[in-house]
Amino acid sequence: MSLLSSFKSLRLEGVSRDFGVVNALRDLTLEIKRGEFIALLGPSGCGKSTALNCIAGLLPTTRGQIMLDDKRIDTLPTEDRGFGMVFQNYALFPHMTVRANVGFGLKMRGVSKAEAAPRVEQAIRTVRLDTQAHKLPGHLSGGQQQRVAIARAIAIDPPLVLMDEPLSNLDAKLRLEMRQEIRRIHQSLGCITIYVTHDQDEALSLADRIVVLRDGTIRQVGAPEDLYARPAHLDVAEFMGFRTRIAGRVQAKDGNRVQLAVSGTTLDGVVQEALTGDAAIAAIRPDDLVPVAPDAHGIDGVVEAIEYRGRDFFGQARTKGGDELFFRSEQRLAPGASVRLGAEPHRVLVYPGA
Amino acid sequence: MTAVTLEAPPAVATGPSGLRSVGSRLWIVAVWSAVIFFIVNLLGIIAAVVTSSFATRWLRSWLPNDYTTRWYLSAWDEFQLHDVLLVTFQIVGAVVLLSGLLGVPAAYAMARRDFPGKKVMMLIFLLPLLVPPVTFGIPLATVLYQSGLGGTMAGVVLANLVPTVPFVILVMIPFIEQIDPRVEAAARVFGAGTFRMFVHVLLPLLMPGVLAALLLVLVRTIAMFELTFLTAGPSSQTLVVALYYAVFAAGVRAVQSIDAMAVVYMVTTLIWLVIALRFVNPTQMVTRSKRQSAH
Amino acid sequence: MADAIPLRARLAAKGLDGVTLLVLPAAALLLALFLYPFGYGLWLSFRPKDGSLLGNYARFFSDPFLYDTIFTTLALAVPVTIVNLLFAVPVAFRVRLMRHQRLLTTILVLPITLGTVLVAEGMLNYFGPQGWFTRALVSTGLFNASSIKLVHNYWGVFLSLLITGFPFTFLLTLSYVTGIDPGLEQAAATLGARAAERFRHVFLPLLVPGLAITFCLSFVQAYSVFPSAVLLGAPAGPTRVISIAAYQAAFEEYDYSLASAIAMIMGAVQLVVVVAVLALRNLFYRGPAAGAKG
Repeated sequence: MSLLSSFKSLRLEGVSRDFGVVNALRDLTLEIKRGEFIALLGPSGCGKSTALNCIAGLLPTTRGQIMLDDKRIDTLPTEDRGFGMVFQNYALFPHMTVRANVGFGLKMRGVSKAEAAPRVEQAIRTVRLDTQAHKLPGHLSGGQQQRVAIARAIAIDPPLVLMDEPLSNLDAKLRLEMRQEIRRIHQSLGCITIYVTHDQDEALSLADRIVVLRDGTIRQVGAPEDLYARPAHLDVAEFMGFRTRIAGRVQAKDGNRVQLAVSGTTLDGVVQEALTGDAAIAAIRPDDLVPVAPDAHGIDGVVEAIEYRGRDFFGQARTKGGDELFFRSEQRLAPGASVRLGAEPHRVLVYPGA
Repeated sequence: MTAVTLEAPPAVATGPSGLRSVGSRLWIVAVWSAVIFFIVNLLGIIAAVVTSSFATRWLRSWLPNDYTTRWYLSAWDEFQLHDVLLVTFQIVGAVVLLSGLLGVPAAYAMARRDFPGKKVMMLIFLLPLLVPPVTFGIPLATVLYQSGLGGTMAGVVLANLVPTVPFVILVMIPFIEQIDPRVEAAARVFGAGTFRMFVHVLLPLLMPGVLAALLLVLVRTIAMFELTFLTAGPSSQTLVVALYYAVFAAGVRAVQSIDAMAVVYMVTTLIWLVIALRFVNPTQMVTRSKRQSAH
Repeated sequence: MADAIPLRARLAAKGLDGVTLLVLPAAALLLALFLYPFGYGLWLSFRPKDGSLLGNYARFFSDPFLYDTIFTTLALAVPVTIVNLLFAVPVAFRVRLMRHQRLLTTILVLPITLGTVLVAEGMLNYFGPQGWFTRALVSTGLFNASSIKLVHNYWGVFLSLLITGFPFTFLLTLSYVTGIDPGLEQAAATLGARAAERFRHVFLPLLVPGLAITFCLSFVQAYSVFPSAVLLGAPAGPTRVISIAAYQAAFEEYDYSLASAIAMIMGAVQLVVVVAVLALRNLFYRGPAAGAKG
């Protein structure tokens, strides 16, 4: 369609959905440029699927506008928006062959058979399903069904492809493969892809920008690297894998750097979100918290569990004060052993405490 | 009978060892004997009707003296089977069509939406299947006769719709529920409006369920005696009601002639039963909304 | 302005939209042809020919020719239902293990599909004085031909209810029995329970709710027996069941008011039995019969 060649951006302006206390959406404002891959990331119930369904027109919005360049599209019915969508359980038409599934959108647009056929074949080739095109979805594996769903979404050359947790039903190995595939397809099309997921690895590896949602509001928008290294809020940090969280009090402050008093010792860190009082919480990734020499500076704890994860060990310990520590270790430590753990100050992120 | 040999090998579920005590063996033999005795008698009842319909004379002997087909000709004339069959098919056809048209959309709404009063609605749909036809048939016939519809074909059709529409609804609800609503959403996303979504996606997916439900309605309506009996007049009798009157007035006609009519009735029912059984499990004739074997 | 959510959207949030309206035609039909006649029948039953309010009910309960029909019907329906159920449970437990249940279920669905009228005609042949069944009994030498009387009496109706009712009861029971997770039986077996104990402690408690429903549906069917009571029984006396009384009032005496009253009494008796059985059921476990949801 000609839309693809002409449009520059998709804008969500204060998009809200009020109904039903759960899955509500509040004032979602975001501009997405053509060619961008956006991930909506958040725990279940955060409103990410609601946002996607509102963009697709499957749910009506209560307020706000959705604009494709200067054209308002939130008032259009779903079938007139012309987007491609990949559903969580694929939602393939079970009574149609792969080819008919992929060609469905073109057929609905009244594209002639002669014109549609090569586009359908092209889409099927893109997802590497040439040999399965005559089969019914029920006869395909999960990964293949996934590819059909993607082919169906891209066959219509949509300006926007929406993906709703498309990999959540696949096993781990297939998920990694499909991730690369999706990235490759996105790059070859040059459209906007909006990808909903609760898996931060997926979001980090796929997206150009990640939108973290919680309780229907945007918590942070940023490039994967930013989000990974510098989560703006504690809940985002939690979600991005900062598993160790130690409550403490601010002892000294020097610009961005603070020293916290925690569990009978001190911890140096970097302030991420303006502190309101002297209560603070330090967040550390397991990979940045490691055993240090007994005479070095660090937090003492007792090892509770240790698990092998390939190159190193993942451990869990508890301080005398009851804080849980998650750390990485080169050696297998025995449960019950004492351990002193330390982290580089710039890897310790400090947020306001309760 | 071969029923005993159909039993699955012991490994399936007879317990840890697969060994059985003498007592449980006797018990199994007793159970199967009872089943076989029941089935033999059941088939005997049906065979007696068929045999009699072909018998020239059948008194004081195991089998008739001789066989003939003339009773079918006489039954055809005596009972005006041509007219009766025509009426039967008209009524049954109308009932099937209308129960589909009313039942399937209602089932769709019940399966897809949660609305206030849905439980009450469900109860209204369940009651006509739980209350036996004679109980509600008499007040219903009273109302139909007072409104001038009693004794007409329209009245018979309306009366028969009372259990068949809920039946279609209850058969279709689990069937519709197992169709992923996202498939419908997908059709919309890819550009199908309501009408084309219905034609290209919903209808083909619903077809097997609708077909099964309507075939069951067909079989049940042919055999529905009570409601038709209570509401039909002389010109709106179905085959089963005509058969009742013939048996009721036995002695007026030759037994073989009545039996020939019974065979005609049996054949019309069984043809549809055989077709229906290609699409549904026999248990569905009884349990209506049998758990769809999900997963 | 921001808070002015359109009515349409508000209704949609409650589940009321165009799709919901599809339920209306069917609902209207049942309102007009089921609920209204019932209500009308109830009203009519209080407007007897003699003008009093309770005349029909007074007449019914004072005339043994009428009130005895309740006991006649119960004397048929209760024993038949119990026999059917007692027979259906063990058979269902055997059939559950069969790999090809379809042949058996197909044969059993025959009498349900063919209906009571045809079965009655067949039984008149088969169980009649010259029928195959009677002949077979006589040929064993244990019975005298004149002592066997299986039609045009209580036993004729009883047998017909057995033949059409058993398959119904059985198929319902089978659907409940196969709904029980076989893993539970295997679990009980590994814990040392023998077949009889497995049945008593595992299956029976899980099955009771289903059996209660089966009993109710089977009873209600037997209780409303009509054509076979006329054709195979003695409709003037021993098998004058309540539906015959209702039918005669409506279509022989043309007293729709009395007929409605009898139909209401008939419905009430059924309701009492069903409620009693379901109340008993509540004393037992009611929950999923498939273990934890998988």
